[in-house]
Amino acid sequence: MKRSQLAAAVAVPLVMALAAGIGGGSRAQAEDLVAYQIVDGAIPKSLTGKPGDPAAGEATAVNRKLGNCLACHSLPIKNQPFPGDLGPDLASVGSSLSEGQLRLRLVDSKKINPDTAMPSFYKVEGLHRVAKAFEGKPILTAQQVEDVVAYLMTLKGN
Amino acid sequence: MRRFAIALAAAGVISVAGAGVAFTETMDWGKYQAGDKRSGYTYAQPETRAMQDDEFENPGFLLMESATAMWSKPEGAAGKSCADCHGDVSSMKGVATRYPVFFKPSGKMMNIEQRINQCRTEQMKAEPWKWESDQLLGMTVLVKYQSEGLPMNVAIDGPAAPFYEKGKAFYYERRGQLDLACSNCHEDHSGQNLRANILSQGMPNGFPTYRLKWQKVGSLHRRFKGCNDQVRAEPYKPGSDEYVDLELFVSHRANGLPVETPSVRN
Repeated sequence: MKRSQLAAAVAVPLVMALAAGIGGGSRAQAEDLVAYQIVDGAIPKSLTGKPGDPAAGEATAVNRKLGNCLACHSLPIKNQPFPGDLGPDLASVGSSLSEGQLRLRLVDSKKINPDTAMPSFYKVEGLHRVAKAFEGKPILTAQQVEDVVAYLMTLKGN
Repeated sequence: MRRFAIALAAAGVISVAGAGVAFTETMDWGKYQAGDKRSGYTYAQPETRAMQDDEFENPGFLLMESATAMWSKPEGAAGKSCADCHGDVSSMKGVATRYPVFFKPSGKMMNIEQRINQCRTEQMKAEPWKWESDQLLGMTVLVKYQSEGLPMNVAIDGPAAPFYEKGKAFYYERRGQLDLACSNCHEDHSGQNLRANILSQGMPNGFPTYRLKWQKVGSLHRRFKGCNDQVRAEPYKPGSDEYVDLELFVSHRANGLPVETPSVRN
């Protein structure tokens, strides 16, 4: 049972890769989606197979068209006034959560809380009426997810 | 008197800047609150509220001036004006509290904008006004303003019931790349800060509204489209059945709050 579920998870991106290929390959994003495994409320393995870059992660986190984390969260960054407060302050999130737990929260927070307002940053399936410009694309690439995870892991509070 | 009260309220907010949301949550908002329901007015910045309350500063009143002239101007092949059938525009008092309503000939719900255009095409034999045109916005503001201060009282029983259910389903359905339903922001997180903006309860009782971000008066359906765009969802057309049904749901949700057109929002 468990093995077949894993097989299905791996198969989906393959099918999408094929579809993208038939369509002329104009959209690379769909085939870039990496399969992952959830273990005890975490994704233990890096989506890219290597550690992310914390500096790039901070830039992605702040970018309003990418992470846009400050819309809902406080981050310990200067010159970024008026952070939102829908979600928790992230000043010490690198101490309270593991890398794998952070990764799952970025990839698909609804796996932890189905009612959350937090977008799933690395998901293209099961969405409704996505605008044409964003169809089949995750909000962040696997690399960007890893960069943000690496950045958040540096936030240890004081 | 009214302006004096607002000035006091504005001063109060400034003096406790820092207490922020906690202060506004406990404040007595008078007519802008009905039980747990709060008008978008109560989430707006003090300067924005002052702009709404000053008839010379509020751009909605300027738009209404030309609509008032239009009210008695004959147009179309029938040579009729609004006034020829309805008399003085004050006869529209109470109308805005009830809309959208079920319209038998179409078998669908109809909002004020559509009612105005229905009168134009059927009674006046004139061209309908374009959605979001100054003419249609102005006339909508003028008609709604006749109910200013009266509580919203939209019916959802009888023939309206199935359309209400559709609007409700829209409201609670997640959409777009950001995968958010209206309710995720306006029910679950109203009063909280989305970056520098305070999320309101999404009450429609002040529309059409002059929005500072638009630098223009705009319709409720334009706001719906804006929200859909922000969550990166494919929007619907203003005036579409989907948005009219959603308007029915959110208008009923605002029952008890006063009609506040023309409002000013951030």
